[in-house]
Amino acid sequence: MSAAVAAVPAGVPEVGRFRPAKLPAVAGRTLASGLSVLAVRKPGVPLVQARMMLPAPRPAAGDADRARQLVLAPTLLSGTKRRGSVEVAEALQRIGASVGFSLDSEDLRLQGSTLAPSLEEFLTLVGEMLAEPAFPGDEVAVERARTAHEVELRRAEPAVVARAALKRRLFGAHPYAGGLPDPAVVADVGGPDLRRYFRGRVRARGGILVLVGDLRPARALDVAEAALGGWSGAAGAAALPPLPPVAPGPILLVDRPGAAQSNLRIAGPALTRLDPGLPALQLATMIFGGYFSSRLVENIRERHGYTYSPRSWIEHQPLGSLLNVSADVGTAVTAPALLEIRYELGRMATVPVGQDELDAARRYLIGTTALSTQTQSGLADYLLALSVAGVGLDYLRDLPRRLQRVTVAHVAAAAAEHLAPARLPTVVLGDAAAVRPGLETLDTVEDGPHP
Amino acid sequence: MPATTRRPPPPAPAFPVHRFRLDNGLRVVLLPDGSAPTVAVAVVYDVGFRSEPEGMTGFAHLFEHLMFEGSVTLPKGAHDRLVTGNGGVMNGSTRADYTNYYEQLPSNALELGLYLEADRMRGLRLCAENVANQIAVVKEEIRVNVLNQPFGGFPWILLPPVMFETFANAHNGYGSFVDLEAATVDQAEAFFDRYYAPANAVLVVAGDLDVEATTGLVERHFAPLPARPVPAPASFAEPVPTGERRGVHHDPLAPLGAVAVAYRVPDPIGELDDYLAAAVLTELLAEGTASRLHQRLVKRDRLATHVGGMLGTFGDPFDVRDPTMLQLLAYHPPGDVGPLLAALEEEVAAVAAGGATEDEVGRVVTTMTAQSLRSLDDLMHRALAAAVAEQQRHRAELVGELPARLAAVTAADVSGVAGRWLRPESRAVLEVVPGGAR
Repeated sequence: MSAAVAAVPAGVPEVGRFRPAKLPAVAGRTLASGLSVLAVRKPGVPLVQARMMLPAPRPAAGDADRARQLVLAPTLLSGTKRRGSVEVAEALQRIGASVGFSLDSEDLRLQGSTLAPSLEEFLTLVGEMLAEPAFPGDEVAVERARTAHEVELRRAEPAVVARAALKRRLFGAHPYAGGLPDPAVVADVGGPDLRRYFRGRVRARGGILVLVGDLRPARALDVAEAALGGWSGAAGAAALPPLPPVAPGPILLVDRPGAAQSNLRIAGPALTRLDPGLPALQLATMIFGGYFSSRLVENIRERHGYTYSPRSWIEHQPLGSLLNVSADVGTAVTAPALLEIRYELGRMATVPVGQDELDAARRYLIGTTALSTQTQSGLADYLLALSVAGVGLDYLRDLPRRLQRVTVAHVAAAAAEHLAPARLPTVVLGDAAAVRPGLETLDTVEDGPHP
Repeated sequence: MPATTRRPPPPAPAFPVHRFRLDNGLRVVLLPDGSAPTVAVAVVYDVGFRSEPEGMTGFAHLFEHLMFEGSVTLPKGAHDRLVTGNGGVMNGSTRADYTNYYEQLPSNALELGLYLEADRMRGLRLCAENVANQIAVVKEEIRVNVLNQPFGGFPWILLPPVMFETFANAHNGYGSFVDLEAATVDQAEAFFDRYYAPANAVLVVAGDLDVEATTGLVERHFAPLPARPVPAPASFAEPVPTGERRGVHHDPLAPLGAVAVAYRVPDPIGELDDYLAAAVLTELLAEGTASRLHQRLVKRDRLATHVGGMLGTFGDPFDVRDPTMLQLLAYHPPGDVGPLLAALEEEVAAVAAGGATEDEVGRVVTTMTAQSLRSLDDLMHRALAAAVAEQQRHRAELVGELPARLAAVTAADVSGVAGRWLRPESRAVLEVVPGGAR
C-alpha cells in the first residue's frame, strides 16, 4: 500500500503501512446426512451468528411453485410437532435468538443468531423446525394471507419490479428469473402443498451450516451434530438447468405511468469466484461504479445531479455470476442519464484506466473486504458465500495478493469483455410516454410487459 | 410479585471510555479496542432538522451533503478519494437532533481520518455550482425514498404533523422542493458558522488505537481550530395533546392500508428509567411474532398483515431528545380501520392495567439485550452511538450499559409507563389510504 492518491495538497498526513487483519481458523465436519458444519471462534460480544444453505432445487418453477416457496419460508416458524407457533416464538425470545428463512428455486436459507450460552437450545429449535415442521392449517391460513399482501406491496415497489423485469430479460423461463407470483395464487396455498414441497425438495446433502461467534469450535460441531444430524430431508439430486446465454437487444421499456423516476438496470454475465480473471473484473467494476469515488458516481451524481445512488456490482450465484449496473434517475433526465452510463461503460471497454484509479480501487477493495469480515455477522455471511462457491477463508487470505497482480492491461481486457455497452441488456422502468422519445434517440426500444 | 424466572444476561464486554475536551470546546471520546486493525472516526454536530427555521425545510440534510463537496483546503471529491483510496468507507446522516459524519479505516490511516474531519470543521469551499448540484441529488434522494415509493415517508414524515404542533417538531425533515431550490451559498455559510463550531461537536475515535498517541493526534489536528460561540441548547418542548389527533394521507402508490398510532413518551434523557420501560413496552407490544399486537391483530383477529413498533423518530430510541414518540404501526387490507384501532387499544389497555408479566418482560429484555450486543459488535456503529450518547447525555458509556439498564426494568415499570403515557385521549392516529397503485 504505497503512495497517497494523486493531486493531494500538501499537509495531508502520510498513511503508514497497511496491516491485514488476521482471519480466524475454521473447524469443519460433514455429518452423516451430508450437511457440512463450519464453526469459527470469533469472540467480542457473547453471541453466535448462524447461516445455513440447504439445497432445494426446483428445475422448472411456475407461479404455484413461487407461491409455495414464499409461504413455506415463514411457515417453518409456525410450529413443530412438539411446539405451537407461540411456543416457538417465545422459546426464541427467551434465549435472545432470531431466525428467518427464505426459499427460492435453488435453496433454503436460514439467517439467525443467539446469545452464545444458548447455542445448544438454538440449534435444537432449528433442528426441530427442519425435522418436524407441522404446517398447521390455521397458521398456514394466516401466513398465506400475510404473504399475499406482502407480494402486493412488493409489486408496487419500483425497485422490485425493475429487478424482476431485468431477471426475466436475462433468464427467460429459467428459474433464476424468479419473479413475484399472482397474489391470488399465493392466497390459495394449502398446508399439504407446503408439506409436499418441503419433503420433496429441501435436503441436508450438499447443505452448509456456518456458526461464527463466541463459541468453542469442537463443542459447537458436537452440538450441531446432535441437534441436526438426524435430519436428511429430501432424497434425489435434481439440479437446475444451466443458465441461458445472454443476448443483447433493444432497450426493454416497462411502463409505470406517472412515475417520478426511471429505474435503469443494465446487466450481463460476470466471472465466478473460481475464475482467475475475477480480480481484474472486480477492479474494473469498482472503477466504473463500485464506490463513491467511481466514474459513474462522479459523472451522473456529482457532475450532473441525475441520481442519488448509482452503482455497479458483481453478484455471485451458484450457476453463474452477474455484473449489475443500477441508477434511479429523474424522469426528465432518463435518456441523458442512460447516455452517460453507456459512455462510461464504453470508456471502460475501450480506453485504459489510469494507474492511480487502479491503485485507489485496489486499496479500497482490499480494505473494505477486511472491514466486512470484522463483525460476527459479516464473517458469517462471507464464509457461507465462499463455502457455497466451493472455497474457504484462504480465498480471502489470498485476495490481496491476487489483486496486487492486476495491471491496467488486465483491467482493460476484463472491461472490454464484460463492460462493453453493446453486449449488456438494458431495462428501463418508468413513465413510458415521457421517456420513450428520448430513449429512441439512443437505441431501439421495445415495450416490455409488467413482470 | 411472583419470583422472577429471568436468567441473568451474559456479561457484556467492557469498552473502556476515555474523554477530554479541547480549549476550543470540542469534546473527544476515545474507545480503544485492539481486536482488529481498524479505526472508526465519528463526528456528531448538535444540529438536526428540528433546528431548521421556517422556509428552510430540509436544509440540515442538504448541508450534510455539502460537507462532502470540498473544504477550504481540499477540492470537491478529495475527501472521499482519500478515504476510499486508503481502504476505508465514509458517510454521513441527518436526524432530528444531530448530524453525523464518519469514516471506518484501516488503523494505519487513523491520522488521515482525524485530518479530514478537522479539515472540514475548519471551513468549507461553498459555491453556487456545488449547491445546485447537491440540491438536484437530494431531490433524487427524495424521489427514490418518498415520491416514487409506496408508503414513502411513512411514518417519519407523515406522522409528526399529526402528533406535533410546533414547526420544529412537525415539519418535513427532507424538505419541500420549494425550500430546497431556494437554498443559497450565504445560507449555507451562516448555517456552518452557527452550528458547526468545535464546541457544538463530539469526536469519537474507536478501535485499534493507543490512547496517548491518539490524544496527541487529536490535539495536533483539532486544537488549532479557533473557538466560536455555540447556540444555546434549544428546547422543542410542547404540551402533550389533551385530545386525540387524527390525520389521513392518500397514497396513490400504496396497494394496502396502513395506520400509525403514536403516543408521547417520557423525556429520553431526563426520565431515562421510565424511557427504558417505554422501550421495553414498544418491543413487548409490537416487535416480532411473540408480541401482543402480532398475536392479536395478525394471528387472532386477522385485522392486519404486519405490525411493528418504534420508539424515537427512526427506531433508535437513544438518539433523540424530548419530545418524541412511541409509534405502533399496522399494515392492513383496505377498508375501515375502526375494528383494528379498537383491538389495538384493548391490548394497550390490558398492559396498562397491569397485564405485563415478569416472564414476558424477561423474554423481551433478553431479545433487546441480544440486539444491543449485535450492534455493539460493529465498531462503526459503536462509535456513532457513543458519540450521540456523549453529546446528548455526557455519557458515552450508555451504549455498553444498556443491557444492564434494560435488565432492571420490571413488569410493573412497563405497565406503569403504559398507563401514564399510552392514553387514548392523547394519541395521534395517522391513516394511509391506498389510492389505486399499479
